[in-house]
Amino acid sequence: MTHTPLSPSQSSSQSSSSNVPADFLTQRPDPLGRFGRFGGKYVPETLMPALSELETAFYQYRDEPEFQQELQGLMRDYVGRPSPLYFAERLTQHYARPDGSGAQIYLKREDLNHTGAHKINNALGQVLLAKRMGKQRVIAETGAGQHGVATATVCARFGLECIIYMGVHDMERQALNVFRMRLMGAEVRPVEAGTGTLKDATSEAIRDWVTNVESTHYILGSVAGPHPYPMIVRDFQAVIGEETRGQCQEKWGGLPDILLACVGGGSNAIGLFHEFVPEQTVRMIGIEAAGEGVESDKHAATLTRGRIGVLHGAMSFLLQDDDGQVIEAHSVSAGLDYPGVGPEHSYFKESGRAEYYSITDRQALDALQLLSRLEGIIPALETAHAIAYLDTLCPQLTGNPTLVINCSGRGDKDVHTVAKFLDLS
Amino acid sequence: MGSVFQCMDALRDRGQCALIPFITAGDPDLETTAKALQLLDQNGADLIELGVPYSDPLADGPVIQAAATRALQNGTRLEQVLDVVKSVSPTLKAPIILFTYYNPILNRGIETFLQQIAEVGVKGLVVPDLPLEEIEGLLKPAAEIGIDVTLLVAPTSPKARIEAIAANSQGFIYLVSVTGVTGIRTQVGARVQDLLTELRGITDKPVGVGFGISQPGQAKQVREWGADAVIVGSAFVKRLAEGDPTQGLQAIETFCRSLKMAITD
Repeated sequence: MTHTPLSPSQSSSQSSSSNVPADFLTQRPDPLGRFGRFGGKYVPETLMPALSELETAFYQYRDEPEFQQELQGLMRDYVGRPSPLYFAERLTQHYARPDGSGAQIYLKREDLNHTGAHKINNALGQVLLAKRMGKQRVIAETGAGQHGVATATVCARFGLECIIYMGVHDMERQALNVFRMRLMGAEVRPVEAGTGTLKDATSEAIRDWVTNVESTHYILGSVAGPHPYPMIVRDFQAVIGEETRGQCQEKWGGLPDILLACVGGGSNAIGLFHEFVPEQTVRMIGIEAAGEGVESDKHAATLTRGRIGVLHGAMSFLLQDDDGQVIEAHSVSAGLDYPGVGPEHSYFKESGRAEYYSITDRQALDALQLLSRLEGIIPALETAHAIAYLDTLCPQLTGNPTLVINCSGRGDKDVHTVAKFLDLS
Repeated sequence: MGSVFQCMDALRDRGQCALIPFITAGDPDLETTAKALQLLDQNGADLIELGVPYSDPLADGPVIQAAATRALQNGTRLEQVLDVVKSVSPTLKAPIILFTYYNPILNRGIETFLQQIAEVGVKGLVVPDLPLEEIEGLLKPAAEIGIDVTLLVAPTSPKARIEAIAANSQGFIYLVSVTGVTGIRTQVGARVQDLLTELRGITDKPVGVGFGISQPGQAKQVREWGADAVIVGSAFVKRLAEGDPTQGLQAIETFCRSLKMAITD
């Protein structure tokens, strides 16, 4: 199929009996960058003009044929899109009922993209914007390293200076990705503040941007941060859902029944969901990291356990103490180890358009092994959280619903972490 | 003790430039914070900015970040910071301006927060991550309760924004002197002079210059460029944190005097 990553979604006509709130069908976010009461721009004044400049550039270029042509050409020849929608036959059998019925499980293979995760979709789109805005220096934050690698990759491809902020703790558990970034010429700056994880790396990237805003573009990697980032990242990731729609149509002539994806900041989930938001028959499920359990104080289940707050420029659900201080998140997966979440997910949660649940470290590690053994696909630890929810979900389903899981990344980067964990337990 | 604006206005009438030191509450401990507020008040501070320690201080450089981390590790809580203000503010000439990120405000609820800080004697508020677009919900209730909310202008702010910020800012206008976070710098950006001139053409509200000013010479320079107030943060926080609290207090006392002298004719 052909895909147009940024074309307005071809939302099907809604029946008059639709119970989907009207604003799901209109423009999200509103002109102030709000998804309902979430989102907005809570940043130092120094950055406000840069956010406006970015928004203007995005609106200007995304509809230009020349921009679309360059983006789609690179998506095809450089990233390897479209990514396949793969029928996971043995995984489906594993969860089948005794009579053979059960969820038909498909994997949207974002792990097969160049650099091994969905993150490249957004990095590529944003680097094309940066180039057109005349910015020669690019910065980014990274947790698992996948967004850092994607950013280093596109900067190498376009000859831009690249600085990646990464928490010291994450650098240790994602050493392979640190090496990959450096190999491609990026400078990886260790962040020791706080817990040395994604939250702190993001703060440091924002501070760099405040200081160097006139020469620098900040490629934010998730659907988080101040407006327009949640919108821009979503729109560049929306290609995942757009392709999925066409592929479902090809394979069974209809829509998927259920979409399932992991949520840290939430970019891969939004990427899969966005196309289907107006389709009220499509159930959307996001899975957060429960770490050692949501009852413990070591988890990253922001939507499950957080309260509304402001972090990194956006209003959203947030893990915070009763004084409004941001709490350290915990997850075995560096990419989900974040106390905030994208504002659109908060909106989906509050309005009931999507459901959110959480999965512990232990369950994710089990799922990682399950998918490895049944399908010969080693998923990223982040992705494994979505896979793990099948244990809960499948027994609740009736008939043979089609279920698409965003296989958002491959697990090579995690083998050390997994090996360490399995040896210990 | 009047409002932030009254204080600034009175100084301006006398042809004086205000000195506004900043310290982080709870670093190294709250007892020292209370003493520091009094010492600053007695040694040349015209207003005092008191920073509420926050876990994710986006607009702050390494010095104030580290101070906030230490304060939080000591277990400093907003309640206690307000208790310190309550006990000390009646003895101070200088109005206290609270510098806090938005989340602790939101967490309490805007109205409750404003009520609580007004009750203990806080006169002004600076919220570095709450720009013009988001300020409305805070401005009105603050005005009703008598708290001046001071907005920031950055070197990157275009003219139309500067005008809107100047129109809405209360107490004074906080001109950020650098494109960057708080911290100690060897030079004050030359753009400050142009921005001060630009602001003069837009508003007759007082203008305070901060971020990056760390030496008496820089303070003098900014004053000569026409600032109504000089705000010094990291340089105070760093001195207060060096050595034991007694040494720290001595250091800020001397430093405060030298700054005041530099901006006094």
